[in-house]
Amino acid sequence: MTAEARLLLGQVAVGQSLPELAIDVTPTTVVLGALASRDWRPMHHDYKFATERNGVADIFLNTPNQAAWFERYVTDWAGPRARLGRMKFRMKTSVFPGHRMVFTAIVTAVSTDSAGCGWVSIDVALSVGAAEADPSSYVVASTCEVRLALPDSSTDNPWSRSGEQWVP
Amino acid sequence: MTDNNLTDLPVAVTSVIGVSQYLQIATFDVENSYAYNTLAATENANPLFWDDAVAQELTSGRILPPTTLSLWMRPHYWEPGAEGEQVALQVHFDLKKIFELPEAVMTDNTIIFYEPVRAGDRISNSQVLKSVSGPKTTKLGSGRFWVIDVEFKNQHGALVGIESYTGFGYRRDQEGAAS
Repeated sequence: MTAEARLLLGQVAVGQSLPELAIDVTPTTVVLGALASRDWRPMHHDYKFATERNGVADIFLNTPNQAAWFERYVTDWAGPRARLGRMKFRMKTSVFPGHRMVFTAIVTAVSTDSAGCGWVSIDVALSVGAAEADPSSYVVASTCEVRLALPDSSTDNPWSRSGEQWVP
Repeated sequence: MTDNNLTDLPVAVTSVIGVSQYLQIATFDVENSYAYNTLAATENANPLFWDDAVAQELTSGRILPPTTLSLWMRPHYWEPGAEGEQVALQVHFDLKKIFELPEAVMTDNTIIFYEPVRAGDRISNSQVLKSVSGPKTTKLGSGRFWVIDVEFKNQHGALVGIESYTGFGYRRDQEGAAS
């Protein structure tokens, strides 16, 4: 593998869509994600606790793991030189086993800051529904506003920035 | 959730709004194995986290996926001498106790990423309660929203990230009650 830039700032435009990503959620998806993020709370691995105590339909994806899914989705598109600056997400409904989660996104801004760092803003939607259902019936479970630094040339590397040169 | 009505809140809450609490230093170093768990859980093939040559070129060595930020401060499920459930976001659990709200969910999360986290780092953090709402009722039940900021630093004192959580502590409405 190489660290070659997959995507340069100049190749991105407002209104551009990212490729869709669909993942079928299983109990393993939820439990593996919770334990990987050291989240031992029972609603992420104990069906009876989730349904009887929390009053929800099943165990559900935890917050840090959702963040990790959003990271994977945008860096799949942008490549290893892309550097996350900021993520703001809102969980509207839970992601349960049996759901298919579908990530879609659109670029909402492209800019260069005063330190010369190139940025794209991306609105990501995580929609869920039964795997066998019509995708048009899916509901948005979470939304995420991502601020992502992109290289502006093949030699630029946002990861080399720190201090006043990095304004996420 | 900035509709604080401070007269509605107990002193135990108003006295800690805006105050840095629970300065903690992780009891273990950052390690790559947790990166692999997170990468596997999300099927993330980013070569920055798998390929030493890529990591060397871009970040002068391996770094951890940025969204693993909070896990370095999450306590072990059990350790010698610990009593009761070990929790990461103590201010959140303090509020549940103060308001006698047995259930809670997180509704919003903002993460700002600064210096990359590397294997061998020792992370510390502190928590600041930013606001507490008045009583609210949602489909989950009745309770309050609150916002908690958590600032993370490495062993050199460099800021590695800031997380802001909005939580909703609630009591499930009794059966038959309006939801």
